[in-house]
Amino acid sequence: MNSFFKTLMLVAVAFPIVWLQSCKPKGTQSAVSGDAAAKVYVAPGKYDEFYSFVSGGFSGQMSVYGIPSGRLLRVIPVFSVDPEKGYGFSEETKPMLNTSHGFVPWDDLHHIALSETDGIQDGRWVFGNGNNTPRIARIDLKTFRTAEIIEIPNSGGNHSSPFITENSEYVIAGTRFSIPMDNSNGDVPINTYKSNFKGTVSFVSVDKTSGNMSIAFQILMPGVNFDLARAGKGKSHGWMFFSCYNSERANTLLEQNASQKDKDFIIAVNWKKAEEYLKAGKGKKESVKYAHNIYDEKKHMATSVIETEVTMLDSKELTDMVYLIPCPKSPHGCDTDPTGEYIVASGKLAATIPVFSFTKMLQAIANKTFEGEYEGIPVLKYDAVLYGEVKKPGLGPLHTEFDDKGFAYTSFFVSSEIVKWNVKTLEVVDRVPTYYSIGHLSVPGGPTRKPWGKYVIAYNKITKDRYLPTGPELAQSAQLYSIEGDKMKLLLDFPTIGEPHYAEAIPAELIMKNSQKIYKIEENQNPFAALGDKYARVERKGNEVHVYMTSIRSHFTPDNIEGVKMGDVVYFHITNLEQDWDMPHGFAVKGANNAELLVMPGETQTLAWKPERIGIFPFYCTDFCSALHQEMQGYIRVSPAGSNVAISFGTGKTDSTAVAIK
Amino acid sequence: MKKIFRFFPIAALVLIFSACNSNTESVTATETKDAIAKNGGQEAVQDDVSQKDVVKIAVSSKDHTTLVAALKQAEYVDDLSNAGPFTVFAPTNDAFNKLPAGTVDGLMKDDKKADLQNILEYHVAVGVYKTENMKDGQKINMANLGDITLSVKDGKVMVNGVANIVASIPAANGIIHVVDAVLLPPAKN
Repeated sequence: MNSFFKTLMLVAVAFPIVWLQSCKPKGTQSAVSGDAAAKVYVAPGKYDEFYSFVSGGFSGQMSVYGIPSGRLLRVIPVFSVDPEKGYGFSEETKPMLNTSHGFVPWDDLHHIALSETDGIQDGRWVFGNGNNTPRIARIDLKTFRTAEIIEIPNSGGNHSSPFITENSEYVIAGTRFSIPMDNSNGDVPINTYKSNFKGTVSFVSVDKTSGNMSIAFQILMPGVNFDLARAGKGKSHGWMFFSCYNSERANTLLEQNASQKDKDFIIAVNWKKAEEYLKAGKGKKESVKYAHNIYDEKKHMATSVIETEVTMLDSKELTDMVYLIPCPKSPHGCDTDPTGEYIVASGKLAATIPVFSFTKMLQAIANKTFEGEYEGIPVLKYDAVLYGEVKKPGLGPLHTEFDDKGFAYTSFFVSSEIVKWNVKTLEVVDRVPTYYSIGHLSVPGGPTRKPWGKYVIAYNKITKDRYLPTGPELAQSAQLYSIEGDKMKLLLDFPTIGEPHYAEAIPAELIMKNSQKIYKIEENQNPFAALGDKYARVERKGNEVHVYMTSIRSHFTPDNIEGVKMGDVVYFHITNLEQDWDMPHGFAVKGANNAELLVMPGETQTLAWKPERIGIFPFYCTDFCSALHQEMQGYIRVSPAGSNVAISFGTGKTDSTAVAIK
Repeated sequence: MKKIFRFFPIAALVLIFSACNSNTESVTATETKDAIAKNGGQEAVQDDVSQKDVVKIAVSSKDHTTLVAALKQAEYVDDLSNAGPFTVFAPTNDAFNKLPAGTVDGLMKDDKKADLQNILEYHVAVGVYKTENMKDGQKINMANLGDITLSVKDGKVMVNGVANIVASIPAANGIIHVVDAVLLPPAKN
């Protein structure tokens, strides 16, 4: 009895009471404060202070919200087709979703990266990752449209991506699943994982002027699961830090088998060194297949090219390029503070947050303070790299963002809260509950050298009773907190599309001044454009019928079309002749088994239509454009296959004298 | 030492447990009735349709009142009502009673909250560990970062050589293994 009691007392003594301040506030303390409504109220006609770009998760899209109002401004179609905008349905946009697997109309967009110059958001582009069929997309923030998608070869799923470097030199792509490499025989038993499965991280360069992406190099890595990443900044610029889990390299029941070891790794990659090796010709050319899709703004048309080669650098062979930092319990978030000195890793199963020091890491590398090797890569000693641990901050830390005052904000999934702590002293200074079970969080500018602060936004994983119920599937829950004072204050709940993962917010003025209003008609180089009513026409090419149609308030030219026969494919090439802000025209034809078109002023878009029966088919403008929008309509006649009805077309002709061109 | 860990009649315990399990509606109903629920965590969500989570199962058990009181004192009721998934090793009241007199009362004092939390965290793992997958000698790293060690003999699982798993109850957000002794964390972080 006595010895038992002693053991218990020892336990008590060994754990000094350091956690009093970290006690979780009772529920009622989270009540919204009195001035919350005024803080999120954006008067009619006034603008929000920030744009927030929010990943759409399994919707495959990216959404744009105004902060602090939480108003949805736009859903940008990225990896999934969008019949509303004709994205992935129009002939011009279909190539955007081409991959080495063919046309892939869906993906899972998890993470956002806004372009940066000198570590500060510059508002030019926003990048998003495709988690399923590995891809990175670039959205042009002049038009809020997907401008480019590049597929990532030698990847089993692009989770650890896009996480940009401080001058947008690279966006990166770490594979969530390790797999046999693309040019090896993939027909192997799954239980040969340890010998046949490898990981890669890709460095995708971003052209300074055009933004165009290109896979500069890949690094061959051990067969672990790459999770998240963050670029070094300031003093640590030139390094990229990846978190990984499953250093056990299990291939089944990862829930248990990937949680066996006390520590997995933060993987520090010296990409400046990798560039040197690349220049010195140390890379090996690997034969692969991946799609590279670019949308040409002048042609209003995407092209897809299948590329066939990447250059691979081997982490086992090339020293001084990759180092491993042990990190407790399946690290998830891996975030660098605004100074670039601290690397905050969050073991998602842990109840502690280790903070590593970049300076100490360099010293440890110089002094070779290694505890061993993992798959040929040096493993640094934990204590030699550790700046300190945030002790007992909560349960299940996931992600960390930073403000402009030296504080960090870490999300805790299991204990469902945001914890604010001092980056220097590692002391917890405040905590607020989230409703419920937060995943990512976002401070405007939070991942950059210059956080704008003011708010932290929680993107929660569980909604339950927060909104009016809508059956088994509920709204996704985001929550806005003020971080202006010492204490975080809940201001607003707002729902989002898909499932939000990471998001990035940016001051509105960095984007709105560049926002494009129209496409100039004189710059339209679409080969199927009709740049004026006089160019409107219908042409037959074999069994293809090409309709070069214009739209302007409030008619289509031509709006009566005859001579189409069963077995034909009709291509409606619609050019919107308007040169007026916010004057798109839509186009839909009865029985089309794809979608509508939504054509911006000055733009040309094409809908393919294969009639499946004989008769008269109406078409009309879908976007309410004018007082005579309802009159903006037309007919197309479909005749039997052997019919001798000639191609004819016109607008405004009241008898049967429509001009026949054949 | 051995004397304290007398084995609890297993069959009886399971009976008590499952009997209580069906009794929880009244508990949850009174808990979530009023407006406080609006600002509470997930434990306050009004839902009598879903499968019960680990907390609701523990609350419904007459044999786990000490554990539930400890979870409340440690402010872990909300955490364990979240999505998890959790594996909770749930000592019975008798298990707590086997501790030296005054131990539990001492841990329930406000200035010992960190110790209590540490002990409770040593009973919780993130992940679902079912007995049929448990292996002799297997270690599981618990929420407080300490390891427990399992031993499996004749299909019976024992934790750290001191606590028998006497029943296992699946929950909406994980699994509860009822144990007949309190697990004490090793005296290091």
